[in-house]
Amino acid sequence: MKLWRFNGGLPSLAEHKNESVNLPIEHAPVPAKLVYPLRQHIGNAATSLVCVGDKVLRGQKIAAARGLISAPIHAGSSGVVTDISDHLIPHPSGFSAPCISIETDGLDDEIAPVPHSSFQQLSIPELITIIRDAGIVGLGGAAFPTAIKLDNQSKTRNIETLILNGAECEPYISCDDRLLKERADRVVEGIEILLHLLGAKRAILAIEDNVPDTFKSIQSAIAVNNNHAISAAQIPTIYPTGGEKQLIKTLTGKEVPSGGIPADIGIVSINVGTVHAIQQAVIEGRALTSRIITVTGEGVNTPRNLEVRIGTPISTLVDVCNGYTKLAERLIMGGPMMGFALLNDEIPVVKASNCILVASKHEAITDKKAMPCIRCGLCASACPTNLLPQQLYWFSRSEQLTKAEDINLFDCIECGCCDVVCPSHIPLTQHFRYAKSALKVQNHEKHLSDIARDRFEARDARLARDQAERAERLRKKKAVLKEKPAKEELDAAINRSKAKKQIASESKG
Amino acid sequence: MHFLTSNSPFIAPQNSIQKMMLWLLIALTPGIFTMIWQFGYGVLFNIIICVSSAIAAEALMLYLRGRPIVPFISDLSAVVTALLLALALPTIAPWWIPFIGAFIAIVIAKHLYGGLGYNPFNPAMVAFAVLMISFPKSMTVWILPNALLPNGLSFSDIFAIVLNTQPNNDLVDAITAATPLDEMKTQLGLNQTTEEIKSASIFSSLAGQGWQWVSIAYLLGGTLLLFKKIISWHIPVGLLSGLFVISALFYLFEPGITPSPIFHLLGGGAILGAFFIATDPVTAATTLKGRFIYGVLIGVLTYIIRTWGGFPEGIAFAVILINMAVPLIDHYTQTRVYGHK
Repeated sequence: MKLWRFNGGLPSLAEHKNESVNLPIEHAPVPAKLVYPLRQHIGNAATSLVCVGDKVLRGQKIAAARGLISAPIHAGSSGVVTDISDHLIPHPSGFSAPCISIETDGLDDEIAPVPHSSFQQLSIPELITIIRDAGIVGLGGAAFPTAIKLDNQSKTRNIETLILNGAECEPYISCDDRLLKERADRVVEGIEILLHLLGAKRAILAIEDNVPDTFKSIQSAIAVNNNHAISAAQIPTIYPTGGEKQLIKTLTGKEVPSGGIPADIGIVSINVGTVHAIQQAVIEGRALTSRIITVTGEGVNTPRNLEVRIGTPISTLVDVCNGYTKLAERLIMGGPMMGFALLNDEIPVVKASNCILVASKHEAITDKKAMPCIRCGLCASACPTNLLPQQLYWFSRSEQLTKAEDINLFDCIECGCCDVVCPSHIPLTQHFRYAKSALKVQNHEKHLSDIARDRFEARDARLARDQAERAERLRKKKAVLKEKPAKEELDAAINRSKAKKQIASESKG
Repeated sequence: MHFLTSNSPFIAPQNSIQKMMLWLLIALTPGIFTMIWQFGYGVLFNIIICVSSAIAAEALMLYLRGRPIVPFISDLSAVVTALLLALALPTIAPWWIPFIGAFIAIVIAKHLYGGLGYNPFNPAMVAFAVLMISFPKSMTVWILPNALLPNGLSFSDIFAIVLNTQPNNDLVDAITAATPLDEMKTQLGLNQTTEEIKSASIFSSLAGQGWQWVSIAYLLGGTLLLFKKIISWHIPVGLLSGLFVISALFYLFEPGITPSPIFHLLGGGAILGAFFIATDPVTAATTLKGRFIYGVLIGVLTYIIRTWGGFPEGIAFAVILINMAVPLIDHYTQTRVYGHK
């Protein structure tokens, strides 16, 4: 299969897969308490359907999607709702947000699943509804509600290629790899559902060439299935090849237009974990209540790949991995390139959590001493979207944000490659995050002031128009008055009244 | 349990300014040793005086500007600037030439413009140009290569010349000559043909006695930099091909009275300039396409200055002049960003 190359990337990034890649998926125990942030996907927060004291079962919907871009949330085990209030959420800000807390009863009773032996019997709207109701979002990390991706696109555009993203390019993470090693048959069935749903001609499952045995397991699953539309591709291990745009470029040579979505070029790209969740929802009839998470790093005694109930506090997972080592310094959700550091381990894992990295001092740096930029251009050579980070940095730092926008700041995917190659140790990615959010605020304010100005101008125009109309009316009246001199009219009126009086007196008399 | 937070990426940087500068220093060593082998120990005096004055000037300026001294001195950028200047100076220049040069480079060309990363002009070349214009006599007299000095020159002889303790003009005249580029230019001005000129002893098969080997040593060091990805190929290849193409055109057109392209490449500072001077990232273009154009322009301008300008060597002036064009070059050579047409 012909492959293409995106610009830059980090071919020499230490992968750190060996810590966990050979460990089979184990089931983490159900914790005493499960915590569900109402917003754990892109879009509107879900609306709680339960009250404190309610008894819930595993798979029961406890929060409903609000609006189109949203996703429902299901209980991960049976128990009682103990609290619906603010709790620390996994977010870089370290903020708290509304969460539903469930105290589990240890019975793990499940709501009766609604299996379908064959997905072909289901209509496309039925499938979309199943996927939407199962609370499925992108499990690769973006957490975009999957149903919208499948629904909108299959209706309005012609999808030719379905790309299954199994390229786990971030160091340390091995959850998708384990999934493909152990449950390739389910994933392949999930791909068939998606092919049927999208009407796509072909599906390509991409994995990196550093896991050849996984490639074999996928190939044998595809062979068993015998669907010729599905193929597997091994792609070079270059961070961030698992980024959606980079993967599409690698596999098809096409580029997603800036500001557009893959469907604009006839492609839908879905993470393999999400495909597995879709298969579980459609065939087994089970909502998304658990996922595979890699717990790794020098900070835990025994790294593991765990099948975890979503909502489990991180401390429980660390306990399963035999606790912290003395080296534990940082708690990172996601990988070391694009993940974020957490304040404490009471925070629950959510649908998008693929990895808990308990990092030692040398695995995750705390503070970089930045030197001035020497314009060496290594950042530009490493940028997978072919930006000029050095110039973006210049403009972001000097608050010339519109200039940064002009040289395509918003195309930055925040992968962190420029940071890693920068000899001056400048936190470039953080500068770009700042510049983006400042620009968003600025653009929003501009939008508000535009509205205010439009309103003001409209009012001015209206007042001016009213005044002009009034003046015009007055002018017309005056003109009429001028045509008939007032005196004559008055005399005429006096004469008329005199005549009337005369007639009246005559008739009396 | 509580943890520290900060922002991704958490992977430690793979590179540092210090590391890059250290590779530059390593890559310069073959050239330095060849200099010593071909022209004697004089170059060591230049290096010692330049480097120590540059470090002193850097520390002074950092102190005056209230910048942290240790991290900025240990980045080695001042050492690299000083070394490049030292290698460009005549090896028997009086001590105050490298001393003043180092101060001009660090104080005026670097720190008065804002220090590391902010200077628009290559500091070593600014210093070279100032010295060239201010002290043309000291700057154009080069020691003869060892091959032409049967008795050689002792360490103490050079010491005396450099410190100017025994201003023995006869000795100095006996052991010095114009550089090959200088001689070529002067003689061409006297209507000599290149064949006649090259029969003089300071010339050799490729270019100039001694000079050609120094150039080849720099080429080796430069290849190391390319191999270690400290520099990209765009500037050196652009510069050398620019110089080669224009000199080849004129050579083909008027072979008898035009020096060969090889002479232009190896006879002066073109190789040092291409791999070590023009590649200074701070003052060069940043886009890859821009760097190639930047290199070509320096190469062409070097030829123009060497051939029709007032100075025999044009690298320094060409670099400074094209430094000025860098913002323009960068502006017109923006990359096509992913997903854009």
